[in-house]
Amino acid sequence: MSTHGDDEKGGVSRRGFLGGVAGFIGVTAVGSTAEATPVPKAEIYEASGLSKLTLQVNGRTHSLLVEPRWTLLYVLRDRLGLTGTKPGCERGECGACTVLFDGVTRYSCMTLALEAEGHEITTIEGIMAGEALGPVQQSFADEDAFQCGYCTPGQIVAVEGLLRQNASPSIDEVREGVSGNLCRCGAYGHIFKAAMRAAAMKQVS
Amino acid sequence: MRKPYFLLKTPPTTPEPAEKLAPWAETTVVGKPLPRVDAYERVSGSAVYALDLFLPDMLYAAILRCPHAHAIVKKVDTAAATKMPGVRAVLTDSDTEARIPWYFTEKGPTSRLFDPHCRYEGEEIAAVAAETPHQAADALRAIVVEYEELPFVVDLDSALKPGAPLIHEGGNQVEGTLVYERGDIAKGFADAEAIVERTFRTSCEIHTPMEVHGSVAKWDGNRLTVWDTTQGVFQVQQSLADALRLPLSNVRVIGQYMGGGFGSKLEISKHTVIAAILARKTARPVKLFISREESFLCVGNRPANTMSLKAGVRKDGTLTAMHLINRGAVGAYPGWAGVGSQVADLYTCAHVRVEETCGHINAGQERAFRAPGFPQCSWALEQVMDELAAAIGLDPVEFRLTSIPVVSQRQGGKPYTSTGLRQCLVEGARAFGWDAARGGHRRNGPWLRGAGVAACQWGWPGGPPSTVIVRYFADGSVSLNMGASDIGTGTKTIMAMVVAEELGVALDRIQIEHADTGTTQYATPSGGSKTVPSDSPAVRAAAVAVKRKLLAMGAEQLEAAEDEVVLKAGEILVAGSPDKKVRLAELEGLMNQQVVIGVGHREQNPLDKVTKPFGAQFAEVEVNERTGEVRILRLLGAHDSGRVMNRLTYQNQVFGGMTMGIGFGMTERRVLDRQTGKMVNSNWHDYKIPTAMDVPADLTCVPIDVPDNEFNSTGTKGLGEPATIPTAAAIANAVYAATGIRVTDAPINPTQLASLLADQRKRG
Repeated sequence: MSTHGDDEKGGVSRRGFLGGVAGFIGVTAVGSTAEATPVPKAEIYEASGLSKLTLQVNGRTHSLLVEPRWTLLYVLRDRLGLTGTKPGCERGECGACTVLFDGVTRYSCMTLALEAEGHEITTIEGIMAGEALGPVQQSFADEDAFQCGYCTPGQIVAVEGLLRQNASPSIDEVREGVSGNLCRCGAYGHIFKAAMRAAAMKQVS
Repeated sequence: MRKPYFLLKTPPTTPEPAEKLAPWAETTVVGKPLPRVDAYERVSGSAVYALDLFLPDMLYAAILRCPHAHAIVKKVDTAAATKMPGVRAVLTDSDTEARIPWYFTEKGPTSRLFDPHCRYEGEEIAAVAAETPHQAADALRAIVVEYEELPFVVDLDSALKPGAPLIHEGGNQVEGTLVYERGDIAKGFADAEAIVERTFRTSCEIHTPMEVHGSVAKWDGNRLTVWDTTQGVFQVQQSLADALRLPLSNVRVIGQYMGGGFGSKLEISKHTVIAAILARKTARPVKLFISREESFLCVGNRPANTMSLKAGVRKDGTLTAMHLINRGAVGAYPGWAGVGSQVADLYTCAHVRVEETCGHINAGQERAFRAPGFPQCSWALEQVMDELAAAIGLDPVEFRLTSIPVVSQRQGGKPYTSTGLRQCLVEGARAFGWDAARGGHRRNGPWLRGAGVAACQWGWPGGPPSTVIVRYFADGSVSLNMGASDIGTGTKTIMAMVVAEELGVALDRIQIEHADTGTTQYATPSGGSKTVPSDSPAVRAAAVAVKRKLLAMGAEQLEAAEDEVVLKAGEILVAGSPDKKVRLAELEGLMNQQVVIGVGHREQNPLDKVTKPFGAQFAEVEVNERTGEVRILRLLGAHDSGRVMNRLTYQNQVFGGMTMGIGFGMTERRVLDRQTGKMVNSNWHDYKIPTAMDVPADLTCVPIDVPDNEFNSTGTKGLGEPATIPTAAAIANAVYAATGIRVTDAPINPTQLASLLADQRKRG
């Protein structure tokens, strides 16, 4: 069993990870070390071995053992029980699994759990105030900005992430902000309205 | 296996309600734009979808699928997989408990759960249950399968030729050609002053709901509980009971939150039965969800159609004849790819002939997909209507208005209970600014602008059976118990609003139990846009039954006659005697028994009339004449679906339907490789559904809010499906108005349109 790699983020580098897991095809979980030259010497992880991981999720610290191939999405849902984050494609196409990674939107299906060490992860459960809905959630409810609700946590987190970067977006910026989040029910029209309403609510509060 | 509702030949029934309820004259709750009663669960992430269920000691399962378009399985070696870490069970066709017949025609089954004859890429070969999903995936890779590859065919033209590889004994054509005929088209065409004839093609569209399909199965002795991603828990319960030879009482199916289906979750899929068998084999709960890629292959699709449509018209706008020849590929197993109903029914026309032929190819079986057949038909019919209008110099809206029937020609000339088609066209055109939008060609650099219209009807009205129970508690709060699934359309909200309307109870004091065969009442699957028109009258009947009992209790306590008392604002009052009243909370009868129960049934549909929803949609687009890119500037949907129950969820349905229509018309297309027979775009990167960037911010919903009181006691017709039927055709007509190019093949993608624009330039 290996310990963490020696790069400064304490995660797996892409090169090291691919070396350890033959046949793994996901390649967009790019760490900041991937382009660095010369490539730092990385630990090679056994795919089915277990590694220690400390995760900061919604302000709580979790210590657990994970397989290096486990995604952040899998760990959030199946190990920590945070099922608000949804899998849709598990290959970085739909955005249902969107979380905030140090406040920035990110697909948790394309992020290895080990990569998340040292970063603050916020899920849909983390933008609640106790049992009360956050402003983006309330706006989605008021504007009926969903139908089946399955992509909704990802849409809400995407809008939350957008508003943290840009407090008063234009409608085109909203469209771009949620363009990485598919909604097969086609609630986009109401999602745009909800995002604009949430921006206004946040300005007031 | 029982047939799904849409294949039943005799109309189902429930007991007639005790009284025929008069239509609502005025409403205080129904019709308002209210947020959903389950909005909190859906926006907080606390809603538990089947995938979110984690049972103690639960295993994860996965399915090995055939990688070939057509093959015979010679040997499956599971020895290595069985010994893999975490693996608890491996299931193949050699397990007798897995020898379950599947894919039925009238004559019987055509296949079985793990049939060694694999007729499409994605057919089930084996399944594994393991401690983690990763271990299950590892084990699948360790199964060694020996295949004998067979010649395959993945396009219908080739499949119907003599000598084509046979997918089933007896040929690739499905049960002959269906012919519908009225009048004499030869006579009709002889009377015509203008004739248009064209061949249209639509592509195979995949449902891809955001939530993939799956089940969690758990046994307690010989009783099975399944949490399923389904549009109809009772449909899955019946199919499971049949497959596993269990009484209905031993199979409980729960599907309270589900993440979209669009028809692909109307019927049971193999994975549900496989999960149940693996759970029995391991004596542990099993979760089996398919992957996104699998969802493109084996849980249904909208078949591709080739439609040749010829239509004749007189200069006054009279349609004289229509002749449709349709062919569609149903995939490898029984199905239907007919489209003809609107040709025979939407517009007045004396002479009509429709010929439909369906055939098998080596691809996944079709399934009902949001208005099965109708968007395809619209693609052809509404573009031909556009051309006919131009041929006789009439405006496309005006032309359609000349041919609006008040009877269903397809169904023996019976009158409609209501038809708002004229209002959809007239009010839609007014709200859209149709005349201004049609006024001349407008150019902005390389961008050409145009506007188009298309109309529609939808075929399934809904009806019985439906049974609902409403319980009125001692403190005046209420429980609503119904079997229907809320597939994202707002079913729960609308039904709660009906209860609130009748009993004056606040929405947040209504508890809803639904979509659970163990605890709720029978309902048909939520599909066919029929949930509101089928179940809301039963909800109303149950609430009224409660009200009648409360009033009887009040009359007894107040020593008044039952017809003298009324329920108002939480009190029972005696008409004409202001002092004689009792608050419901002080009603002795209610206090004594603590609960009042009302049972409601859906009344029979009128037998002498026909009910259909209607609609019209308008599109304005810009086309880049150099690149073929299309920008959809705005879309408007005007729909007649009877009474508008909730203005907010109604609009959401219309916008959602139009958004899906953009996908069908602009980008979505299953690509099967003719060299390998495999689907080459089984993912959302290569199979493009509309994103936020593809939907105009300018979407408008114009409800034609006319209750259909002859049809049922809530005056409702369906909406979800009509909202997607005419969108693609309206866009195609707008593209024509902008460019003068008639795009006959869906989807209109920039590659195709750029090439058509280049041809146009060459022709000068």
